[in-house]
Formats: sequence, C-alpha cells, structure tokens
Amino acid sequence: MAYIDLQNDLPGIRGPMVYRPETGAALNELAEILLHDENNTLSRGDREMIGAYVSSLNDCFFCENVHSAMAQHYYQCDTPFIDEVKTDFTSADISDKLKSLLAIAGSVQLGGKQVTETQIDRAKTLGATDREIHDTVLIAAAFCMFNRYVDGLNTWAPQDMQVYIDRAAMRAEDGYSQSGLVK
Amino acid sequence: MPYILVDEKLPGIRALLAFRPETAAPIGALAEILLRTSDSLSKADRELIATYVSHLNDCFYCNHSHGEIATCYLNGDRSVVEAIRKNYQEASISDKLKSLFQIASKVQQGGKCVRAEDIENARQQGATDRDIHDTVLIAAAFCMMNRYVDGLNAVTPQDMTTYPLRAKQIVEKGYGNHIFLQPQPDKA
Repeated sequence: MAYIDLQNDLPGIRGPMVYRPETGAALNELAEILLHDENNTLSRGDREMIGAYVSSLNDCFFCENVHSAMAQHYYQCDTPFIDEVKTDFTSADISDKLKSLLAIAGSVQLGGKQVTETQIDRAKTLGATDREIHDTVLIAAAFCMFNRYVDGLNTWAPQDMQVYIDRAAMRAEDGYSQSGLVK
Repeated sequence: MPYILVDEKLPGIRALLAFRPETAAPIGALAEILLRTSDSLSKADRELIATYVSHLNDCFYCNHSHGEIATCYLNGDRSVVEAIRKNYQEASISDKLKSLFQIASKVQQGGKCVRAEDIENARQQGATDRDIHDTVLIAAAFCMMNRYVDGLNAVTPQDMTTYPLRAKQIVEKGYGNHIFLQPQPDKA
C-alpha cells in the first residue's frame, strides 16, 4: 500500500501522477519525448529497452515490467529475449551499438561520474550520434527518477505479467499523454 | 570537457538543456513546480532538499547551484547550507525538515530504501502527504538531474563567484528556457 493517501487506486507511477497532476504532466511529457516521439534515430524499441534495463538494475518491478512489455511490443519478440538483454546484454542478439548504449545506461544507473570516456568513444565508434548518447544518458537518468518515485512512495504493482503485455499495445498507440493515465 | 558537442559557454545543465530544447521544456517545468511552489514546504526547504541530494550524489554543479539558491531564499545566510552538508541533524532547520531529509537520503540510495518508519517519523513531525510526496519527487528528480549533468560530463564552473549570480537569476525569474536562451548573468 502506498505510504500516502493517493486518493486513487491506480497502479505504479500512475497513482502519484494523478495525485499531483502538475508534476504528472511534466513527467509524462518527458517520457513522451524520450520514449515515444518518432523524431528520434533511436527506435522506440531501443529506447524502451534502455528504460527497462535501468529499471531492472534499480529493481523497480512496476517500471521494469511496463517497459519490458513495451520493448517486447516494438521488437515483436518473446519475453525470454527481453529477459536475456536485461540479464546479460553483452551476449544478447542485439547490435553492438545498442550494447554500447546499454553499457553507458548501466553506468548512469550507478552514478553520473561512472560513465567513462572509453564507453563514450566506443559508442561513437559504433555509430552513435551525440543526440543518441544524450538521449541514452537522459533516459537512464530519468528512470533513476521514475523508479525512485514509484518505490519511494511504495506504490502497488499488478503481479500478473499478462497485464503488462496486454497494456503495451494501447500505450504504444496513445503514447505517454496525461489523459492516458486513467485508462 | 563534455562528452557531446554542446555550447561550452553555457555552464552545467544549461548547455544540455540548450542541446535538446524538447526535453528542456518538461525538465524546466518539473523544476519550477517542485522547487518554486511555496506551501507547507517553503522554497528554501525545497532547495535545501535538492542541495542535500546533489551533495550525496557528489554533483558539484547542482550542489553549489541549489545551495546558492537556497542561500538567496535564506536572505544570504550560507551557514544553513554549509551545516546540512556536514550533518543535517545538527543544522538549524525544523525537526519536520530533518525528517524529510531522512526520507530524501533514503530515496537517494534507492526507492526501496524508504521505510514505513521514515514516513511515520515525518508524520509525527507534522509532515503532510503532500510534503512527503514532494520530498520523494524532489529527491528522485535530483537523482536524474545529477546523473544527467555528470553522465555527460557537463562543464562545472570553478569560479565560485558565478554561482550566486545564476542563483539570483533563478530566484527572480524562476526555472525555464530563459536560463539558456538569455545571456548568462554577468558580474556587475
């Protein structure tokens, strides 16, 4: 049960977002641009995968499952594939460029200063643009916020994994708009 | 030197915001709501929480930027900011704010580190649900801001006399895109 009276029974981040709609709108707008906006050379699947990976490192059940299901939806893959990326992306069947970005995201999760010049050089060598590196760092940083918001207030999360899978197609269609929160 | 090509004349997060104005807008809006609302948490209280979390995350730019903004709201008294960096338990802040610092420090470690006892303690010191919500989100937001700044190796001004100038600008005009679109505040 949430630590404060959220005045709604929505799961995960949706509870506090509806409780405090002013900040909820800003958080949703940030998620929309980082994860859903089509004006990006990183695919929606790759951006959701970065969010899911950081959430798994932060052990945030709700965010990990929401964004894993989103990545799975965009990749049109099965759950074991997503699990493999989260468990050991270095041996997963993904591009070397995405591996280099996941390495940067993993460092951001530990702390900003953990990102090394070697990691950045590696990503650039593999074709990552400045904008892609920027977005990777900001997605990883934003999930260090979202995850703490969700777990720091002890929000509840559906335990049935199918719920996350079922909602992913709708979220992919609607994006992270404020109005989508209560659906 | 920053890891990506940004306007190096802009300090810290300002160069990153200018690099990607699309994300700058919601980040600025979030900062404005969380740090410039004045209810049962004052603007000074909110900036002190941001300063403390940035201090714990060892983010020099955010720590000193928000420390100076808090100092402005405290009418130039820098002793409070210096005290909370050393040991907030001994700082001259209210017991309620100390209990919220305890929650913020747990959030900094990780969301699951916040315990029911921490919340109960804050309630006993008079914190409202809204105070607790905003404390958790300010602390969480600075776990983002700090990582954004240091993860891209943003420029950290070493000239400490520039921090109060930028602080005054924020106190007078708030957060938002003006902080990178307008000329940076200069010494008079």
